[in-house]
Amino acid sequence: MVDTNGEVISRGRAKREGMGFTSPDQDRVRTKIQVENLSLFYGNSQALKNVNVSIADREITALIGPSGCGKSSFLRCLNRMNDLIPDTRVEGDIKLDGESIFKKNVDVVALRRRVGMVFQQPNPFPKSIFDNVAYGPRLHRLCSKSELADHVERSLRQAALWDEVKDKLRSSALELSGGQQQRLCIARALAVQPEVLLMDEPCSALDPISTFRIEELMLELKQQYTLVIVTHNMYQASRVAKFTGFFLNGELVEFGLTRDIFERPKDPRTDDYVRGRFG
Amino acid sequence: MSERPSIRRTFESQLQALEQNLLRLGSMVEEMLDGAITALVNQDVALANRVIARDDEADQLDLDIEIECMNLLALQQPMSRDLRLIGTVLRATTDLERIGDYSVDIAKVAIRLSGTPYFKPLVDIPRMAQLAKKMVHDTLRAFVDRDLAAVQRICTTDDDQVDAMNSRLFDELLAAMQTRPEVVVQAAYFLLVTRFLERVADHCTNIAERIFYMETGELVELA
Repeated sequence: MVDTNGEVISRGRAKREGMGFTSPDQDRVRTKIQVENLSLFYGNSQALKNVNVSIADREITALIGPSGCGKSSFLRCLNRMNDLIPDTRVEGDIKLDGESIFKKNVDVVALRRRVGMVFQQPNPFPKSIFDNVAYGPRLHRLCSKSELADHVERSLRQAALWDEVKDKLRSSALELSGGQQQRLCIARALAVQPEVLLMDEPCSALDPISTFRIEELMLELKQQYTLVIVTHNMYQASRVAKFTGFFLNGELVEFGLTRDIFERPKDPRTDDYVRGRFG
Repeated sequence: MSERPSIRRTFESQLQALEQNLLRLGSMVEEMLDGAITALVNQDVALANRVIARDDEADQLDLDIEIECMNLLALQQPMSRDLRLIGTVLRATTDLERIGDYSVDIAKVAIRLSGTPYFKPLVDIPRMAQLAKKMVHDTLRAFVDRDLAAVQRICTTDDDQVDAMNSRLFDELLAAMQTRPEVVVQAAYFLLVTRFLERVADHCTNIAERIFYMETGELVELA
């Protein structure tokens, strides 16, 4: 899907242009993360097998696949979260803006600031709403004390939570609903000004309305950030993502424009999975 | 992997039922077209009336199929081939219903012209009707067999033949109207019939193009 210049080309574009489905501009995007021959081992067990893919800048990329297929392991490779798991070995390379994230001089904390993460279960700190968002900027000394309130407000606004919490910033974050907590976690991730946001099943613990809110938020965030989401919910992938990758047994079976993956996948294994015939 | 037993058996059977209903509608309009042409050739008013009476049944079946499609889209969130199948059926049912409507139109012409002998024996119109009927039949067959070679043939050779015949009959009937004013009314109705048959063939190519989409994922003009 990506040519040698790092530009994403859609299959059969000329034909679809004729049918009014797309414009060429939509299909030409810059690569933010380049994954090359990536394999991941937990001890003797291989979790990822020679994955090659380009993640588009300022777009939403969804990773789908059955449980244990490697999609979350892959996500955690992108900001080296797997470093925290003992006996983990990585082969191949991941380049963020063309620079390997595995180089010796890479500061992993700085990397995780650039590549933030939101998890399945909302996990606010047992602190106030304000302090949850201010935590990262304080730690990384991103702004002065006088600027901190503005910074927190900006992050909460970006996470579409400001209007709901502006009058209770000193209340405990744990008093918020599940959906609000998840948006708070997104605000917390945004507060350290990342470039990439990794989201691991960000809506699986949320009700449908909260889910739609988060999805709408993702679509707004992609104007500024590169988003990679892991989801069991194929319809979520189809609603928000421009690109989708299907993982199976550690292999990236197919990667392409989301509409191609869900309307006319090339690989029969993808076809079986998206049609729910997998079994 | 495709050989494995499906884990969505209920959905599979709903899709099969949908296909069966489309084929039922297809058979119904095929019979209606056949009846309409026979009624026209034999000036058989009773048969023409039977064709017209079946239209409500065809319309109801078309509506039922559309409702089934919308239900499956809303409730089953189909993807990939399943989505393309439902999209194809949704489109094809409208095309088949229109073929039913054209059959009714031809039956009405048969009734209108039943009182007087034709100014010449009908030879070419039944021939053109035969071609159009065969296209309907072959299109349904291609849907069942997922036969892309047949799809190509329907959209090229078959449709071209019907178009050529339509064009030739137009010239002949126009010439007859110019030289024999007393046949103008009959000839004008025959012109309508050739136009209806030409449209039947076009609806077949529409369906054939959707069969191509269903099988390949490519939405393209083939005719």
